[in-house]
Amino acid sequence: MRREAPKTITDYTPLFFPGLMLVVFFVVPFSTMIVVSFFKRDPAGFYTPDFVIDNYARFLSVFFGSVLGFSLMLAVMVAICCVAIAFPFTYLLSRCSRRVQTLWLVGLLSVLSLSEVIIGFAWSTLFSRTAGITNLFVAMGLMEGPVALLPSFWAVLTGMVYQALPYTILVLYPALVRLDPTLLEAARTLGASPLRAFFNVVTPALRNTIVATLIMVFVFALGSYLLPQILGRPQHWTLSVLITDQAIYQSNMPFAAAMAVFLVLISLALVGMTLLVGRKENAL
Amino acid sequence: MSGLAINDITKNFGDFAAVDNVSLSVPHGTFVCLLGPSGCGKTTLLRMIAGLEEPTGGAIVLDGDNITAVPTHKRNLGMVFQSLALFPHLSVGENIAYALRIRGRAKEEQRKRVEELLALIHLPGFADRPVAKLSGGQRQRVAIARALALSPKLFLLDEPLSALDAKLREDMQVELRQLQQRLGITTVVVTHDQREAMTMADLVVVMGKGKILQAAPPIEIYRKPADAFVADFIGITNLLPIEADSAGRVTVLGTTVPGLALPAGMDKASLSIRPEDVSITAPREGALVGTVSFVRDLGGTIETFVEAGGTTIIAVATPRERPNVSVGQSVGVVLPPESCVVLKQ
Repeated sequence: MRREAPKTITDYTPLFFPGLMLVVFFVVPFSTMIVVSFFKRDPAGFYTPDFVIDNYARFLSVFFGSVLGFSLMLAVMVAICCVAIAFPFTYLLSRCSRRVQTLWLVGLLSVLSLSEVIIGFAWSTLFSRTAGITNLFVAMGLMEGPVALLPSFWAVLTGMVYQALPYTILVLYPALVRLDPTLLEAARTLGASPLRAFFNVVTPALRNTIVATLIMVFVFALGSYLLPQILGRPQHWTLSVLITDQAIYQSNMPFAAAMAVFLVLISLALVGMTLLVGRKENAL
Repeated sequence: MSGLAINDITKNFGDFAAVDNVSLSVPHGTFVCLLGPSGCGKTTLLRMIAGLEEPTGGAIVLDGDNITAVPTHKRNLGMVFQSLALFPHLSVGENIAYALRIRGRAKEEQRKRVEELLALIHLPGFADRPVAKLSGGQRQRVAIARALALSPKLFLLDEPLSALDAKLREDMQVELRQLQQRLGITTVVVTHDQREAMTMADLVVVMGKGKILQAAPPIEIYRKPADAFVADFIGITNLLPIEADSAGRVTVLGTTVPGLALPAGMDKASLSIRPEDVSITAPREGALVGTVSFVRDLGGTIETFVEAGGTTIIAVATPRERPNVSVGQSVGVVLPPESCVVLKQ
């Protein structure tokens, strides 16, 4: 079915409300942030209107550079882990009966109702020496004595993957349910083992979905600032943690704004690059 | 034995027997059509032959080897799916070469085989086209070529032509049959279209409710149906009640028809007669008397509907033997005994 492009101003009326909301709640605050990022900090109070690029200049240091690098690396790893776990899982789920699917999806949705704080403290208990899962391993005879698994990078990664996994599955689910199951069967009749058929046929057929999901999880993970603090050491703190620290504890709004703008720009550039690479491959 | 043998195959889904103790022997190089209404178990049987469903009981033997427990990817078969299942991310050539590629055959060998197959399906030079840019008939051919890439022992097709429009479907039926004869490959096709089965098959297997009702060459299925279901399913037929009284006279709809006999021990049965065997005359002795209720003149054939004894009898004639009758006219319906098939009720 072809739709006609809207012509008169009345055709555009349905867009006014969402447009207004976007302006009020996104464009205005974001512009304010950009403006503030050029202001000068007033140590006695808040900030004074000005036009300085000190905030950005300060950011271009080894310290902040490495924090940015770590944040991006962490977000990429979370995205890859989530998709690597969620894709086969969702694929198998989509082959189950309706009843099983509903149960799993309801369970996953309930995980979404947990706040980041609860997830963080639950994992910090699970990874602790006194009450953690290592006690189970000891009881099973796999380990000598209980150890603390946190604070560590792997604890941060686990917590963040746990938090992002339900989103990943819910994004992948519709695409995998719609996938024609005979594609896999066709590959099998042509001599591919089920595992090989999965990688040969299912994965490439859903490449665009996978890329879109990777980007979504990446952006989602980039904003996480509680879990790295609860589960990690200071060297595992992300840029979001530093932004929060500057904005709330150091009262340095201009510098926090500059870091936030920078983070947004870098993320946009990465997402844009991914899409560009995806489009080029598609054209082949 | 060379060929495909299906021995006492059963498939249960819970309490429901989709395929119920089916046995069938298919000599090498035979074209078999599994024919039946939806839900009769024909697709399930085909999927078991392919290894995509596991039989609840029984064995499938291919060229003397029991392949019941062999996984699909080791069965050496080619299959065309109803949805065709062409890989959307691969080009025509890559689709066809898939089976060769995953077996690690040399690029040159792959390219040569793809060219051969594209010539076979009358699509030379299509190797680099994306699958999405093909028409329905072209996709159909590519799916066939892909399934044949490794010269499999067994060629399976699940309602392969159902997505095509009527004219193209008729063309493809002929083409598929010619292709199969040229390659001499044992082929099993699932279809619900009796015309398709009649066109292509050496052996038509009519299924109903998970069982084989009749397995025979097409013309025998048409001329000598095993029961009323088969007679009704294959083509158009007139099914009329037939009775014998104690004196041995056989009557159809209350009229004595000379030359008809019922098998011993039966006094009631169904009579099946094809519309083209029924002729319309003036009312006379030995003919059923009825009233013309409708005449469908299709140009190539003329169908006359006659109301007689509470049922409608259809007679088909060519323009040359056109019965000059009009609606409401009283006519005689002649049932030549040699064309009548008596079926158990």
